Amino acid sequence: MNYSWDWGLLFREPYVGWIASGFATTCILATYAWLIAFSVGSVIGVFRTLDNKILSTIGTVYVEIFRNIPLLAQMFIWYFVIPELLPHDAQIYVKRGMPNPQFWTAVVALGLYTASRVAEQVRSGIQSIPSGQRAAALAMGFTSTQVYRYVLLPIGFRTVIPSLTNDFLGVFKNSSLALTLGVMELTATARQIEEYSFQSFEPYAAATVLYSCVTLLAITLMRYLERRTRITGTASAGGQ
Amino acid sequence: MIEMSHVSKWYSSFRVLDDCSLKIQKGEVVVICGPSGSGKSTLIKCMNGLEPFQKGEVLINGISVGARGTNLPQLRSRIGMVFQNFELFPHMTVLKNIALPQIKVLNRSRAEAEARAEQLLDRMGLKVQAQKFPAQLSGGQQQRVAIARALAMDPLAMLFDEPTSALDPEMINEVLDVMVALAQEGMTMAVVTHEMGFARRVADRIVFMDEGAIVEDAAKDEFFGTPRSDRAQLFLSKILQH
Amino acid sequence: MGFDFNVLWQYKELLLHGLMVSFQLTLVAIAGGIVLGTFLALMRMSRLRVLSALAGLYVNFLRSLPLILVIFWFYVLAPKIVGHPIDAYSSVLITFILFEAAYYCEIIRAGISSVKRGQVQAGLAMGLTHLNMMRYVVLPQAFRNMLPVLLTQSIIMFQDTSIVYIVGVRDFLTTADVVANSTNRPIELYTTVAVTYLVICFAASRLVGRLQRSYAL
Repeated sequence: MNYSWDWGLLFREPYVGWIASGFATTCILATYAWLIAFSVGSVIGVFRTLDNKILSTIGTVYVEIFRNIPLLAQMFIWYFVIPELLPHDAQIYVKRGMPNPQFWTAVVALGLYTASRVAEQVRSGIQSIPSGQRAAALAMGFTSTQVYRYVLLPIGFRTVIPSLTNDFLGVFKNSSLALTLGVMELTATARQIEEYSFQSFEPYAAATVLYSCVTLLAITLMRYLERRTRITGTASAGGQ
Repeated sequence: MIEMSHVSKWYSSFRVLDDCSLKIQKGEVVVICGPSGSGKSTLIKCMNGLEPFQKGEVLINGISVGARGTNLPQLRSRIGMVFQNFELFPHMTVLKNIALPQIKVLNRSRAEAEARAEQLLDRMGLKVQAQKFPAQLSGGQQQRVAIARALAMDPLAMLFDEPTSALDPEMINEVLDVMVALAQEGMTMAVVTHEMGFARRVADRIVFMDEGAIVEDAAKDEFFGTPRSDRAQLFLSKILQH
Repeated sequence: MGFDFNVLWQYKELLLHGLMVSFQLTLVAIAGGIVLGTFLALMRMSRLRVLSALAGLYVNFLRSLPLILVIFWFYVLAPKIVGHPIDAYSSVLITFILFEAAYYCEIIRAGISSVKRGQVQAGLAMGLTHLNMMRYVVLPQAFRNMLPVLLTQSIIMFQDTSIVYIVGVRDFLTTADVVANSTNRPIELYTTVAVTYLVICFAASRLVGRLQRSYAL
């Protein structure tokens, strides 16, 4: 295999600056998207567990739509289709006024897509709680809202910390799809370095190392969270 | 105080409760017994609206449980319920289990709620367990905490749904003793149970259910002496062999 | 702003061909992924530390990376190893198999673990060799347990095939994108793609649900 290695290129300008900025973009994109995913997803997940037919149907429809369409297709829809369907003033803003439209489109698409996954985790977390707990809380005179707030959500969220961590990592990995819209996140940066320097392996290796680090960090964080929130006296499953 | 009139309940086409009528006066202890699947748990859960019912009416001190305008959480806060599986909240300490409902439902101050909680725990001899979590307690201890949790709300009446059925035999008595003491203090109680010894000691009336209907509703002595129906006789003979 | 859905009819062969490519990629990747995944799972559960560590490294490594990055890696790496250029289609196909195998491995491992120990002991007590016991007692039961999750992962993979867009392989989404650009009708095309995926994946997940209910062990 004829290949001249040049690992030093990763530490030279302008490449090292590109990598840093690409990684930063990935992290910021992922963080914003996760904020949307967690908040929207928790609400939708709770909706799906309610008796109220309207709210639970909204929840089901949301999840089925956002998880059955590929993320890439969703990004295209948000970028190419939705702006055309907005009222006139909003359209002008989105197309011309808004700074970084590609970035924010990616954030919204990734956030709402991941929200459907978070919703399913929250739902299964709540539904795994024995029904007697809900009955006992109601019997004490708690209102439905109080039942969720003091019993179902605290226990439910603790149960699904491992799966939510998976979804969090998913957000980081899926942020790479933003490159199709032109966002210069980490993978896009690696490709750009390859094109400019003609070195194929080093840039992708750098990206690989950075993604792996994020994964390790997230798993460590999850183990810490699990330990801190463990319900005393119960045996909790070890992290995967 | 608790008045059930002609209550019927269906799960799709299966009839779970068949025209049940029952009156419980203040201070009365009523034991509800019967074979598995007779609907006794469902009956008692209709009393505080945990199970909805299609026909009939349940009145608690004159307030209808099923009516649309009724403030159900408020009504439920006046009735205590103890479950077969204890149902303590696993993520809270024993003390918080008893204090939180008082704070959030009865709007008591935290100091007041915790004082009342400690008082009740002390009565049961469980004061040392206050900061432990439910999973660290034995079944009998958990159930006594559950009773304390219900009592902390100063209820008008207490409902018990097979309180000792999930306990190992050696722990049944510690829970029954608490319930006997409660009865002797004059608490209005409705108890679904198989423990006929308990019934004989403190019950005022025994209600026997079979296949969703109330087959017999008699004063204690009458029931144990000469039960009227064949089914009740059969049931008693099987149960009392222990 | 008028919508012109006739474009879809005009280009229907092209679009259908793209859909077929998506299906093809999915099916080959499922087959290859499950086979490789099973081997990886057996390696991970083997008593030989080396095998289990190697498989573990492979699985954890691939699962921490975005699919796009792995596709680029392979696109760049494979020709250099083999010595001559590899077409995009073959490249992504191999990538999918290698990538999905990591996910299938974990599903299969969970499935095998879910078979009760008593079954294994009974098999060994009868005198079956370890391999035969796996083949006749454990794996059949394990596959029944894990089938719903396997199918769900396959549905996810069907969606993931849309990523081949980045290397220009003409799957359903990429074809639609090409048509959208040449006819300047992005709304009609992308909406159709989204709705098609929605219908297919929704129906498939409902079927999996039905399957799960019909033979819950």
